[in-house]
This record gives sequence, structure tokens and C-alpha cells, in this order.
Amino acid sequence: MFANFDFDVIRRSLGYLFFDGMTFTLMLTSLSAFGGLVFGTLIALMRLSSLRLLGRIAGLYVDLIRSLPLVLVIFWFYFLVPYIGQWVTGSSRPIHVGAFTSSLVTFIMFEAAYFSEIMRAGIQSISKGQPAAAQALGLTYSQTMRYVVLPQAFHNMLPVLLTQTIVLFQDTSLVYVVSIPDFLGAASKVAQRDGRLVEMYLFAAMVYFVISCIASFGVRRLQTRIAFVH
Amino acid sequence: MNYHWNWHIFLEPGPDGSGSYLGLLLSGLVVTIETALCAWIIALVLGSIVGVLRTLPSKTASWIGFAYVEFFRNMPLLVQLFLWFFVLPELLPPSWGLWMKQMSHAPFYTAAIGIGLFMSARVAEQLRAGIGSLPRGQMLAATALGLTTVQAYRYVLLPMAFRIIMPPLTSEFLNTIKNTSVAITIGLVELTGEARSMQEFSFQVFEAFTGATVLYLLINILVVTAMRLLERGLAVPGYITGK
Amino acid sequence: MKTLRKIGLVFGVGLAAAFCAGQANAEELTGTLKNIKETGAITLGFRDSSIPFSYLDDNQKPIGFAMDICYKIVDAVKKELKLDKLEVKLNPVTSSTRIPLLANGTIDLECGSTTNNSDRQKQIAFTNTHFLTASRFVSKKSSKINSIDDLKGKSVVSTSGTTNIKQLTEANAARNLNVNIIAAKDHAEAFLMVETDRAVAFVMDDILLASLVAGSKEPSAYAISTDAFSKPEPYGIMLRKDDPAFKKVVDGATAALYQSPDGLKLYDKWFMQKIPPKGLNLNTPIGPELKHEFAKPSDSPDPDSYKAM
Repeated sequence: MFANFDFDVIRRSLGYLFFDGMTFTLMLTSLSAFGGLVFGTLIALMRLSSLRLLGRIAGLYVDLIRSLPLVLVIFWFYFLVPYIGQWVTGSSRPIHVGAFTSSLVTFIMFEAAYFSEIMRAGIQSISKGQPAAAQALGLTYSQTMRYVVLPQAFHNMLPVLLTQTIVLFQDTSLVYVVSIPDFLGAASKVAQRDGRLVEMYLFAAMVYFVISCIASFGVRRLQTRIAFVH
Repeated sequence: MNYHWNWHIFLEPGPDGSGSYLGLLLSGLVVTIETALCAWIIALVLGSIVGVLRTLPSKTASWIGFAYVEFFRNMPLLVQLFLWFFVLPELLPPSWGLWMKQMSHAPFYTAAIGIGLFMSARVAEQLRAGIGSLPRGQMLAATALGLTTVQAYRYVLLPMAFRIIMPPLTSEFLNTIKNTSVAITIGLVELTGEARSMQEFSFQVFEAFTGATVLYLLINILVVTAMRLLERGLAVPGYITGK
Repeated sequence: MKTLRKIGLVFGVGLAAAFCAGQANAEELTGTLKNIKETGAITLGFRDSSIPFSYLDDNQKPIGFAMDICYKIVDAVKKELKLDKLEVKLNPVTSSTRIPLLANGTIDLECGSTTNNSDRQKQIAFTNTHFLTASRFVSKKSSKINSIDDLKGKSVVSTSGTTNIKQLTEANAARNLNVNIIAAKDHAEAFLMVETDRAVAFVMDDILLASLVAGSKEPSAYAISTDAFSKPEPYGIMLRKDDPAFKKVVDGATAALYQSPDGLKLYDKWFMQKIPPKGLNLNTPIGPELKHEFAKPSDSPDPDSYKAM
């Protein structure tokens, strides 16, 4: 059945696929996960803050982003980020933003909405007595969050955060829609140039599958370890 | 911001001669909803079967369920759609492949089935969690009453489990609607796709995407409201389902 | 407001010209030139598969006729701004993203196969025309499709965001063809739809069709239609609108290139000789209209203005 397929095309393009494509994908995944976690935690704190307005704004942002398909968000940001940059820096024209930076901003802003929901659940899972005790000890709000609440919330939520990161890793493939060469984009460029769709897409599917499988296996082991410690 | 806004663009005629740009977006919305509904039916049916398989005492059954879920969960949806759309017809006997490729509305069918399978793995996981959350006594009581396994699932476990997982299922349905936009990569012209063509034809980028954004928000609000009502109607008295 | 700004711009440019007589000083620079001077970089937008204008070679580097022209423009910009070093950044674009990405500053020049028409000139500007091509379609000879009317009721693919898909959509409505139009992301993807029998035809500029056919596994299996959806239309390199200082440099560079023997030599390199990555030769001699245009460069969007003398 594979007689007229040419799997050698994969070997010939391995360098491009991994050095360019996979590097882009992994860089984008890890930086977006980190940025998404930082912003997500801030949004979660805003939502839980006693300032109503702050909570409202954060809630609206999360609901808005979570209602939109990622593909639409990618289009939005790819075209909008330079204007946002112009507005932030007060420059007279839209600032230049490269493909990588633009996708990074997109994924950080998108993932922040999802990470914030996870962190919110994590913060809420910590018994009320702890922040109360911390405050009784004279810790300020930021000290309470920094030293007492957030580390525990993060620790409890680590498996969920990592699972979301695996989803993020898969979602980065959607930058394909604006022709940014991530791993899948690289595979499809080779596939279309050489007319080897079957070989390249099967290979890409396998690579994503193996990486995600290993990662989710790791998360599962971590989960049982965390459960055991408690 | 040196961008020329033109909100009247929605009422201007599009290039297809059939109506305005607003009409273009609305026709995309219809495709989005149709695709999402078909995919959701597939996801619910297959997801229920696989979810039940995972909770059965049989090792083989639960392993099959596990393999199914892992297969569909560990590949990006985009890659899965490419596999169904570009790869599968080439692996089949040529006449079948040709039939698949020349079928009218091939992107629609591929999207509905591909997204349906992708989402079925998630539905299965939710259902497994739902069944798992039921007290073990329920199954034991059902068996003690003389119900067969099939009867126990049909009359005792599933009716309870589905009520419990209503809220997560609502969000999975919303995910299904959002995921239809991935199908623009295989040529399905749904809401995001129509917004993109409106951008290309009219050059009004941000108006086009704002239009699509508003429509997505509307469907979201609609679905969430409808599901809340449904949840309330199905709630079991004395059992905590949602707040 | 817009006219006011325009008057201001004209006035400003006039002043700048009067006071420094063409001297490029950072203070007086405006628009793209100012940006390039400040950042020391210029960004070129390239295409994945617009052979031979702008496409990826074996090392996934963009090359092509339009890319070479852009590098000449970059040289001219460097000279104009008296820079020792000018970094060239490359950003991939598709037919769908090229205009918004140019407008939002992601790219400074789009080096590809973009049809220059008056609709687009309302959004962006074009420099002198580098090619003329008509919109046709390619189909497999075995499917026996000879005219536009034969497309009735069939699936036809085109690239999203092109003038071609717009012409096809309009013809579909006007002539009641009932064609199922598929929008592909790029030309290679669209051609694959025909190669794998997903669509019976691909509507595109004939030169791009010819190069896709030539590079395919079985070139003799395809035929390009004689029926055309449009007259031969001009291709131009895009730049932002309302940026006269930058346009002047770009127009000057392209005009100088086309009028010199180098222009024809460059044409020869991409259309009459073997080109990478597969070493195919498109064997497309320069037409009399384009030859005339090279002698008298023009950025007119009007197909009728391109006449052989």
C-alpha cells in the first residue's frame, strides 16, 4: 500500500523540520506557557480581588477570549499587534512586529485566559484560614500571595497547568493559517513543494503524537506523586 | 491609529452578488452551526460508548477505551483534519479515494467527522469522570436488584452521570463550535472563513473580525443560556448539580 | 481631515525638499524611510509558492524575480539613507495576509505576484509594473474542460485573497455557473487540489499556473485554458500608501533597473534559464507590452495602458 510513497523525503528535510520548525514550536510553546501563567495569575488575582471593577474587567476579558476560536484570535492579533504597539509606545506609525513576536503575544494573551481559570481554582482551593493566619502574622497582601497562597495553588494545580501546556503545544500548530513556519508549517511546505502530502502529514502526526503522549504520561506520574504526598 | 474605519461596510454588496457583507458573515454562521451540530452528535454518540467502555470491569474494554482517547487527544485537531482530508483518500483503493475527494461538500463532511472524533475523546473523558463520581453503591444496588450490566448503565448510572456532567458538556459543546474554525484549513468556509474573505474583498480587516467576534459571542450566550435552562429542568431533586 | 493631512504632507515634503535639496537627514525623514533609518532594518514580505516571482528554494530561503527586484530596492534605500549596513528581515505572507500586514507595518515591501488594480490602490501603493499576466485556469487534460462554461456545477479552487478568486466569484454570480468555489491558502495548496482531483480546475494568473504545471510530477497531464477571466493585468511590488518619499526611492530604483540592460538580464535569469530548486526552465520570452513598459516604467493599474509600441 505504501509502494508509490517516498519516505526518503522525510530524511532529506529532517534538518529543516526540526531545526527551524520544531524549534519555533517549542520556543513558542514554552514562552507562551510562561507568559500565560504570569498574566493568568495576575488575572486570577484581579478576579478574586475585593475591588469589584477590577474583577469585572478581568472576568469580561476571560469570557471574551474563551468565547472566540483560536484561529480568529490569531488573525486578530497578527493584524492588530503593531497598532497596539503603536498605541503603547506612542509612536507615530504602527511598530514593526515580527511573525514570532506576534504569535507569542497572541498565545500569551489567549492562554492567560485559560491559565487564569486554573489558577483561580487553585487559589480558591486553599483554605481561608491560611491567608487569615498570614495576615495575622503581619504579612501584607502581596507577601501573603507571594509566600503563602500562590506557591501552594501552583503546586496543587501543576498537573492541570501542564496538561493545558500540552494542549497549547498542539494549538501552536494553528499559526499555519497565517503561514508562519512552525513544525506543521515546515512539514506542509515540504509536502507541497515535493507533492508528498501523505508522507509528511503522517510523519507530522506521529511526531506530535509521540511528544504529547510522553508528556501526558509524565503528567500522570506527577499527578500520582502529588496525590501521594498529600 | 491610521486605520480608516468604515462600519457601513456590512451593508455594502459583497462580490458574490447575493447580498451584503453582513449576509456573507451570516451564511458563514449557518455553516459553523451546522458543522458544530453534526460534529456534536458524533462526539456524543462515540464519546458515550468509549466513556462507558473505560468504566467497564473488563480489562480489554477499558484498554480499548484508553487507546481511543489517547489517539484522538494527542494530536492537534489541525493535523487530524489533514489526515482525514489529504492522507486518508490516498491510502484507500483509488476508486474509493476519488469518490471521497469528488464528493460535493467534502470539507463539510470531513470537518464534521474529524471534529466529531476529536471531541468524542473529550466527551468520553467527561463521562468516565461522571460515572466515576457516582457512589459505588449505585452499581451494587442495581446488580442486587437483578439488573444486568446493560440495564444498570441504561437505567441507573448513565442518567445520573449525564446530569452530573452537564456543565462540562456545555463547555465541550462550546469548544466544538469554536473548533469548526480550524476547518478553514481544509476549505470549509464557516464564520471565521467568511470574515477572512470579507477582509480580503473589502480590505476592512478589523470590521470583518469584529463582526465575526460579535456573532461568536452571541452564539456563546445563546448556548450557555439554553444549557442553563436544560440543566435546571433535568436536575435531580436532592442531588447537588451545579449551584 | 484626510485632505488636510495630505496638504500637510505635501507641504512638509515641499519644505523638506526646499531646505535640504534632497539631503537625507534623519530629522526630515518621514514614514517608512524614517523607520528604516531608525531601526536599521527593512522587512520584505515573501510568498511560499509564487514561482518564479517569490518562492522558497531547497533551503527554504525565499528567492525569485520579485525578490531580486526588492534587493535592488534595498540597495537604493541604503544609498539614499547613506547607511553602511541595512539589515533585511524576511516575513512570510499569503495572498490573504499581505495587504493587512503591509498596512500594519509588519512588512515594508511585498515582493511577490500582486496584481495592481485601482481597488487595491485605495489601500496601498504599487511601484512600477514588473509583469503582465491574465487570469486563466488549469485543469487535467483528462477532465476535458476547455472553456469557462465547462466549469458549470464543478468544484473549482483558487487562492484566497487574490483578484482571481474575486473574478471567479463575480463570474460565478453573473453567469450562473453554480461553481463550488474552494479557497486555498496558497498557490501550491490550490494546485494540489487539482493534482489530487479535489477540484477540476484552479483559477490563477497564467504565469503562475504555467510554472506550477512545469514543476509538477507530470506536466503533460495539464492544460491551461485559452479562455481568460481578465485581460493581462500588471503585477507590482506593494508599499504603503501616502508615503511619497519612500515611493520616490522605490520607483526610482525599479525604473533604473528596468531601463538598464540589467532589467532584461534579470528577466532572462528567471524566465529563460533554469531556475532552482528543480532546474526547470519556464521558457517565457518577454512580451512586447512588458518590454515597452520596461522602457517606460509605469505603475498604472489600468490593463489598457499597457500597449506594445
